[in-house]
Amino acid sequence: MSTTVTTKEPASGIRRAAAGGQAGDSVFSALSLGAGVLILAVLAAVAVFLSLQALPTFRAPAEEISGGAGFFSYIWPLVIGTVVAALIALVIATPLGILVALYISHYAPARIAKPVGYIIDLLAAIPSVVYGAWGTTVLASSLVPFYTWAAEHLGFIPIFSGPASQTGKTMFTAGIVLAIMVLPIITAMSREIFIQTPKLHEEAALALGATRWEMIRMTVLPFARPGIISSVMLALGRALGETMAVALVLSSGPLMASLIQSGNQTIAAEIALNFPEAYGLRLSELIAAGLILFLITLVVNMIARAIIARYKEFSGAN
Amino acid sequence: MSKRIDVDNLNVYYGDFLAVEDVKMGIDARSVTAFIGPSGCGKSTFLRTLNRMHEVIPGARAEGQVLLDGEDLYGPGVDPVVVRSMIGMVFQRPNPFPTMSIRDNVLAGVKLNSKRISRGDADALVESSLQGANLWNEVKDRLDKPGSGLSGGQQQRLCIARAIAVKPDVILMDEPASALDPISTLAIEDLINELKQDYTVVIVTHNMQQASRISDRTAFFNIQGTGKPGKLIEYGPTSEIFSNPKQQQTEDYVSGRFG
Ligand SMILES: Nc1ncnc2c1ncn2[C@@H]1O[C@H](COP(=O)(O)OP(=O)(O)O)[C@@H](O)[C@H]1O
Ligand SMILES: [Mg+2]
Repeated sequence: MSTTVTTKEPASGIRRAAAGGQAGDSVFSALSLGAGVLILAVLAAVAVFLSLQALPTFRAPAEEISGGAGFFSYIWPLVIGTVVAALIALVIATPLGILVALYISHYAPARIAKPVGYIIDLLAAIPSVVYGAWGTTVLASSLVPFYTWAAEHLGFIPIFSGPASQTGKTMFTAGIVLAIMVLPIITAMSREIFIQTPKLHEEAALALGATRWEMIRMTVLPFARPGIISSVMLALGRALGETMAVALVLSSGPLMASLIQSGNQTIAAEIALNFPEAYGLRLSELIAAGLILFLITLVVNMIARAIIARYKEFSGAN
Repeated sequence: MSKRIDVDNLNVYYGDFLAVEDVKMGIDARSVTAFIGPSGCGKSTFLRTLNRMHEVIPGARAEGQVLLDGEDLYGPGVDPVVVRSMIGMVFQRPNPFPTMSIRDNVLAGVKLNSKRISRGDADALVESSLQGANLWNEVKDRLDKPGSGLSGGQQQRLCIARAIAVKPDVILMDEPASALDPISTLAIEDLINELKQDYTVVIVTHNMQQASRISDRTAFFNIQGTGKPGKLIEYGPTSEIFSNPKQQQTEDYVSGRFG
């Protein structure tokens, strides 16, 4: 596109180059402005669509909503289920992802680091329905002994209260499957940032007599902190919205504290399981649930940005 | 506190490439020793073997002996981490930790190995280290601001404060003023002059006037061509190296007649 603009000018040294550069600049800035506006427009359209379709739910009398006690009573168990599943995933995947990334970037010899990094990247390419199938057929049943043990010995903690599920299709299993699914996001992004830590600062730490772990704590982790937060938030977004894996793995039911019994449900899985047969008010209800999920994700992102902004003054950027 | 260094038979390799060959040299305590020579002759490489910082580079290794007051730094069971806490280093580009305040930068080395230090002791150490680096008056009102907000020359003096806060025996400097303006350079040179009251200072510089201004002894390194190892050509009192060198190569280099 920019070539057609530049060839219009007569060939005469520096003027032509300057004019071509300016035309290229304005074309590029128009394109990028257009792309930015388009993204905002799509986002607004989605929000408007969700709101309009959800409107009947908010207007309907309480007894017509599923459960018969209004939209709030219907949605809050799903919100909690969604958040809990995502939190289980992050509690497992964040430390593991960071450790694996550190191992690849700062401990493993190159001939091991490369294949390990490659395998982690491959995990991200596996479709979520495969994770769901694996979780429900293999993982769930193999976790049953652990759940039985937990119910017996840790049952006094509400999240482990028995009787344990004998199929293993529980919230905890769903959380573990989600953890494996978001692990590549955290690992790949963290590793990318860990290896960008300036050598200059790593050497400063080592020259003061820091061990390798102390060097990582003094330079690599602080340098990477905004990146780690971004990767965790991205992973959280993925875990909140993940549908297939949860729908297949979880034997859903009403909200309950125990994570090792059947029960609980997430918004995304609720929508996926019910959408095909829904019409009328039920359809509007599910879309309203989708709107709530959209808002949760939005809030999560805003919190992430606020956290990153707080560290700006001390970031490596200045 | 300040110790002497004796190097014997030292060879340094990057993989199979012999970068520095057969160095033998004694460095006095409480003195400034300058390394000069053309670029690529192995000054930085040799300097790094004096606190085992070369081991950070994959494939780099040293053979031979480096004695710190008679103790072999390469002896069996010697931990490079301990060596580096006794022999500090200042780099060519100022490298304060960007995520730390000025105060935390000074204390960074002191807090290693989970050492605890009381608030009062820490304050005193921050002040004395910054005084020692001629930086106290410029930063005493903004100790909690990031170190990366200082000018280049101030950052370099902060790095020197950070190095002396751990009370090393020796301070190694690799072209510490080459990225700085003339006024900051002068400030660093003045500081080096004061540091030799308490420390053994070894400095690499490509600036011969600087070497003659600040050092007691000078070592001239040279290289016969690319791919050849760097060698120590001549080592002696700075005045002799510059006014009355024994080797023709040295004379060619210090008189600027270098090919
Ligand atoms: N990290 C490295 N890997 C391989 N070779 C290196 C490395 N650093 C330096 N060298 C080589 O070692 C020789 C000496 O380099 P250096 O010590 O940096 O010289 P100087 O500091 O005197 O300019 C040069 O030939 C250089 O190419
Ligand atoms: Mg050098």
